[in-house]
Amino acid sequence: MAVKQLSIFIENKHGRLSEAIKGISESDINIRALSIGDSSDYGIVRMIVSDLEKARNLLGENILSKVTSVVAVKMDDKGGALYKILRALEEAEINVKYTYAFTSNKQLGAYVVLRVDDVEATEKLLADKGFVLATDEEIRA
Amino acid sequence: MPQYYQPEIETASRDEIVKIQNEKLVKQVRHVYDNVAYYRDLMDKKGVKPEDIQSIDDIHKLPFLKKDDLRECYPYGLLATDLKNCVRIQSTSGTTGKRVVAFYTQHDIDLWEECCARAIVAAGGTNEDVVQVCYGYGLFTGGPGLNGGSHKVGCLTLPMSSGNTERQIQFMMDLNATILCCTPSYAAFIAESLKERGYNPGDNKLKAGIFGAEPWTEEMRHSIEEGLGIKAYDIYGLTETSGPGVAFECSEQSGMHINEDHFYAEIINPDTGEVLPEGEKGELVFTALDKEAFPLLRYRTRDICVLTRGKCSCGRTHVKMCKPMGRSDDMLIIRGVNVFPSQIETVLLNEGYSPNYMIYVDRKNNTDTLDIDVELSPDRFSDNVADMQEMEKKLAAAMRTMLGIGPKIHLVPPKTIQRSEGKAVRVVDNRKLH
Repeated sequence: MAVKQLSIFIENKHGRLSEAIKGISESDINIRALSIGDSSDYGIVRMIVSDLEKARNLLGENILSKVTSVVAVKMDDKGGALYKILRALEEAEINVKYTYAFTSNKQLGAYVVLRVDDVEATEKLLADKGFVLATDEEIRA
Repeated sequence: MPQYYQPEIETASRDEIVKIQNEKLVKQVRHVYDNVAYYRDLMDKKGVKPEDIQSIDDIHKLPFLKKDDLRECYPYGLLATDLKNCVRIQSTSGTTGKRVVAFYTQHDIDLWEECCARAIVAAGGTNEDVVQVCYGYGLFTGGPGLNGGSHKVGCLTLPMSSGNTERQIQFMMDLNATILCCTPSYAAFIAESLKERGYNPGDNKLKAGIFGAEPWTEEMRHSIEEGLGIKAYDIYGLTETSGPGVAFECSEQSGMHINEDHFYAEIINPDTGEVLPEGEKGELVFTALDKEAFPLLRYRTRDICVLTRGKCSCGRTHVKMCKPMGRSDDMLIIRGVNVFPSQIETVLLNEGYSPNYMIYVDRKNNTDTLDIDVELSPDRFSDNVADMQEMEKKLAAAMRTMLGIGPKIHLVPPKTIQRSEGKAVRVVDNRKLH
């Protein structure tokens, strides 16, 4: 079920992000979701892309990258949707390391991405509670 | 006001000084040869016997001691007397693996403190003075040395140790400190802190400062003198020879008189070991002439320096050394602490990082800063910022344990630190110290 996220490490300096994703941008790969965590020294760019392997190859050897499994949950397009998901995780004492949200035109919906330690357990919990999880294929399509 | 702590010796004629040095050296070489197997081996290997040393002119025949020898001999290998005769241990700040420990008999402590007393009197100190010592106390020689010297002169001594600027200022103002002893950068920091609290340079009772343990410039001297309304004097020393007080500045404030009745100085070519004539620039080498417990002969300090014997207006006859002009090794002195790039490399390797790094040293607001760029290896990269920050914190803590000072760690992508073909440039020191 889990969605594969591509993370890259860049210096927090002028032009580094565009330089890093130049290759991807010139291909037919679509960046479906993007989030950046940063410090004064560096940025960690997290992306969900339409073609993971191709994107990784296009980054080249000089860019540090890694693939992580994350949970993508579909949200109702109305107030309080995110809160419901977070409450469910909190009650189960599942710690979320970071989160970001995106919308997909194709799926006509909003998603929240959750980075957790135990992807499988989190997915099971959310599915049991009736939340709709996105698959890797759905997101990439 | 007395000008000298020990006038007979501080103003002795050249002949008298040489006579003292001749006698002490012959005796000291015999003492070391008989009691220190490590140095005896070095002498035997060089084919030198104690009988070959008849006067100070023969000193060039003796083998050198280097920092590596001291590490190899840790802890007791260079001890020249029974431990039961020793009363004190001092140690260098953060060195790779094994620290250098120095042993002192009561005689050694007395001669060291007398040297510091000479420095305090040269800075105008008398038994009417209140001496505020804010060098670190403990294994570091700064605090204990000046503290002992201050007692010998009969000054009222404030053993403040380092840090806690608020308290330093309170004691300085409330107890009318007249002489301040600390690192020059801390003196500048105190001056700034006083200004921030609305004090003028004339509001304190300070008249002089004795500042050492790190390199400083004439510009810095002027700014400290102005900021505190004092005369600022330099002092030199190293744990290996005893501590601060090996050499000190007089009223002329141009070069430091070496206490050459206790410490014989030579300048050598660091590459060949050849002794250079007076006035030439080279590496400073010290021989402790009458220390009992830890008497180093021909110890290479790695400080680049010039010696001069010109007449000094203060009346002292002892040879003068200039402020060290650099190092013949890659040692950095950061906030008064000796740091070798190799120590930083050791920590990186121990913690599983690549040995590609860059060290940046700077001085901001009169405080030295140490920044280290470290390449992040693929297996350590985490998509979570908190994990990465935890990693940086752990590395900085390991550095602090090894170096004695905490650096700021900057993780950079792999292969971004320049590889060099010859000798790698690992250090950028942006301080203007020499």
